[in-house]
Amino acid sequence: MIPELGQTALIVALGLSLLLGSLPLWGAYRQQAHLMSLARPLAAGQFAFAALAFGILIHAFVVMDFSVAYVADNANSLLPVQFRVAAAWGGHEGSLLLWQLMLSGWTLAVALFSRQLPPATVARVLAVLGLISVGILSFTLFTSNPFARLIPSAPDGQDLNPLLQDPGMIFHPPLLYMGYVGFSVAFAFAIAALLEGKLDAAWAKWTRPWTLAAWVFLTLGILLGSFWAYYELGWGGWWFWDAVENASFMPWLVGTALIHSLSVSEKRGSFKNWTVLLAILAFSLSLLGTFLVRSGVLTSVHAFASDPQRGLYILVFLLIVIGGSLALYAWRASQVGLGGRFAAFSRESLLLLNNVFLVVSMGTVLLGTLYPLALDAFGLGKISVGPPYFDAVFAPLMLPLLLLISVGPYVVWKQGSVARAWHELRGVALVSVLLAGGIALSQRTSVGVTTGLLLAFWVLLGSVQHAVQRLRAGSEQRSFAQRWRAVPLAFWGMVVAHIGVGVFVLGVTLVKGLDQVRDASLQVGQSLTLGDYRFDFKTLDKHKGANYLAGRATFEVFHHGRLLATLHPEKRFYVVQRMPMTEAAIDRGLTRDLYVSLGDTAPSGAWGVRVQVKPFMGWVWGGTLLMALGGVLAATDGRYRQRARAAAPEHTPTSVTPTAADLNVAPTTL
Amino acid sequence: MAELLRWARQGLTASLWVLAATCAHAQPVVSPQDSGNAALELRVNQLASELRCLVCQNQTIADSHAELAVQLKNEVRTQLAQGRSDDEVRDFMVARYGDFVLYRPPVTTATALLWAGPAVLLLIGLGLLVQHIRARQRLEATSTSTLDSVWPEEPTPKEQA
Amino acid sequence: MKRYLLPLGLFLALASTLALGLKRVDPQALPSPLVGRPVPAFNLTQLDAPQTRITPAQFKGQVWVLNAWASWCVSCRKEHPVLLDLARKGVVPLVGFNYQDQREPGKQWLQKHGNPYQLTVFDEDGRVGMDLGIIGVPETFVIDKQGVIRHKHAGPVTAEWVQQTLLPLLKELQRG
Repeated sequence: MIPELGQTALIVALGLSLLLGSLPLWGAYRQQAHLMSLARPLAAGQFAFAALAFGILIHAFVVMDFSVAYVADNANSLLPVQFRVAAAWGGHEGSLLLWQLMLSGWTLAVALFSRQLPPATVARVLAVLGLISVGILSFTLFTSNPFARLIPSAPDGQDLNPLLQDPGMIFHPPLLYMGYVGFSVAFAFAIAALLEGKLDAAWAKWTRPWTLAAWVFLTLGILLGSFWAYYELGWGGWWFWDAVENASFMPWLVGTALIHSLSVSEKRGSFKNWTVLLAILAFSLSLLGTFLVRSGVLTSVHAFASDPQRGLYILVFLLIVIGGSLALYAWRASQVGLGGRFAAFSRESLLLLNNVFLVVSMGTVLLGTLYPLALDAFGLGKISVGPPYFDAVFAPLMLPLLLLISVGPYVVWKQGSVARAWHELRGVALVSVLLAGGIALSQRTSVGVTTGLLLAFWVLLGSVQHAVQRLRAGSEQRSFAQRWRAVPLAFWGMVVAHIGVGVFVLGVTLVKGLDQVRDASLQVGQSLTLGDYRFDFKTLDKHKGANYLAGRATFEVFHHGRLLATLHPEKRFYVVQRMPMTEAAIDRGLTRDLYVSLGDTAPSGAWGVRVQVKPFMGWVWGGTLLMALGGVLAATDGRYRQRARAAAPEHTPTSVTPTAADLNVAPTTL
Repeated sequence: MAELLRWARQGLTASLWVLAATCAHAQPVVSPQDSGNAALELRVNQLASELRCLVCQNQTIADSHAELAVQLKNEVRTQLAQGRSDDEVRDFMVARYGDFVLYRPPVTTATALLWAGPAVLLLIGLGLLVQHIRARQRLEATSTSTLDSVWPEEPTPKEQA
Repeated sequence: MKRYLLPLGLFLALASTLALGLKRVDPQALPSPLVGRPVPAFNLTQLDAPQTRITPAQFKGQVWVLNAWASWCVSCRKEHPVLLDLARKGVVPLVGFNYQDQREPGKQWLQKHGNPYQLTVFDEDGRVGMDLGIIGVPETFVIDKQGVIRHKHAGPVTAEWVQQTLLPLLKELQRG
């Protein structure tokens, strides 16, 4: 009975979405206040019913209601309760419901935190979000109903794929979806602006914190996915340029471009057309990702069970949403003005250059991801495009971008000076070259690694110098506390995020360039040497988990003869799905990770063992966390929380009376 | 009675293990070999990282523990140890499994667009950027009013260097 | 104005490709590069007669079907009735290819489930299977009179496949 309630809740949600997508939009068009005022309550209602449906699904998993087909497919009575909850989004139908929940959540958030927006804008934005919900909800109800019954009901379930029985499963999809779906807000703002035919100063300011929030979630979601794959899949990899990974990375790249572009639109009024297009593009890529994962056209560890019929439905949805928005863009974009002027060498043009590199990188990833599909579709053969291709073409595109990170802040708006920028940065350049060169010579690193190091130092030192100079500005007239307060949070957001990029690049460069791997077939009692480390295979015990049997090995790791760590890699056999799984053992350190995983046993009783030494692996995670933190700082900047006063000029740091010290440091809030 | 139950539980666990063993090793297991030669192993791993495991959902034979993957990796090792070059081993694999087995796609007329694509995209992007900036300069030179018709000029910070 | 249509145009091109892909692409299907090439040379023992050696040359002049199977393979049991039926009809000689197996289990499997093969080749370590591009069992090859592989079917063969693909192909090859 209760699952049917869930289905009914979805139907009600669909009805409310239809109303939300039509009435306020009409009201905005006709300037009818009572229709526009329906937007917020409808958004709240839609959320309530979507949440109810989701709650009912979770309940079905917790109580193990195997009469619901979806529950029977993804859970089992032996499955621990926390994984039963996570199993709710482990399959196609449930994850789609999660998608909808997130969308309803963002819609409600916009409804709640938009008091300062004019009613017509609110109405349009919420209506667009409502229309997207209509698409997702109807897709769910007509092709992917999570509440479909299994008659007769199963005595027990199939169990969740062992790979997914992990805390990562609890957090990774929700975070990721918060990001993906969050870009719908920027999208809705863009569409509303195009519908209105107006993009004014406030538009960019309103859109930015929402975009930053979505970007932060997406960053964390991708980070968690990588981190999880690293310890879960057992081979030490953390990024494979898998189609589904790329599907999350592309909106991230465009989202990054969008954040930078919005800052220009907010401050200088330029790039509005471009910013609108980026907002449409970011969400379009999210939807494209949804298509790729669920349509069955691609092979991936991540892909849901293939179903071309569902794929067709999503494709039609894509045509309507993306095609429609791009058509609207083509029609209305020319009416939006060009905005503030800027010279060929200015912060504006450098940020445009940043955008070019980011969007071209996205295009490259898209090309590589879809090329095998395209070739196959045209009957031109079956190829694979994997990490060797992506590493080869992507890295060169990132180099100029990294160079720009430190240059941009030293070039002023409107009209910059090359000489001045060089004057400010030559110290950073010199130290970077010395540091990178020093490491290159002592470690005999390759050209690629040396370049990566050089740029990482360039970014790190440039950002730190910039922050220090900003804090020092006006030190004659003002106290440190005064100067500290004068620096907006958004500036720190930028600095922290850029430092995060530098840390990340450093980590990636070193872990890819200097890592060591060794495979061997070992009996208990034997050992394996890798570099300065010795791995002793001490014991192998068998033990039983909740729904698996495991062989648990004990390894002692010695560094220069001294015992460093005891690691316990496992090989598990999940009894219900009859699937073997490797649980790697990792000793994490500030300067390196030690990674041990078990393979298969040979008839002789020897185990396949893989050991890895991965230098600075933790910096990859740390750098990404810093990027996310930077985004949080930027999003919580006070100016976004200010109420819009119609005529009052904004109190931004740039309007502080400039002092002599200020003139030496370009105002740099982004 | 308690004894019986304990034996029964142990027996059940034991049979589960037997079941696990037979299911996991229903076919003769190919074990990973290690030559003990670090330089060779490095080459093997590098080459194996470019070859696709054909029975997996997108994994290299370097990373996969699947039967076929281990078998192919051992084959790579054998051939490299015999003195074959990387290209020869790649050709060996392609002759049997097609271009699909290479994660680095070959450069052919069919993949020309793939390999040239990124550079082409970059040139187009940069070209459009330059063109846009130039067009904007020309527009600013000739007119003043149409530019900011919709967007009011932002108060510019005093920042001349 | 026209350049603002560019994003829409690009998207429509992309969507068309995706639609085409949706219709035509089977991500699991893997075409074999061996189709159209001579069957790779091998010299293997017969499964139930270790002293007898078999090479593909002895089949020259006739069209024949090579079926790869193993005693540990579950789907091979699914297709076995189809093969037995084919053998009964005597349409084409079937040669078994016991892939990565052990002699005794292999022989026992044929005894238990029936033997549709004229003879069975024994590839213990799978080395020749690698030359044939086998990635799993069962796989079935159709080879013409000149010893060229003309068709490869991955996965269990079905009665439909026999009717719609095999028989027409055999007719064509028998003529040539």
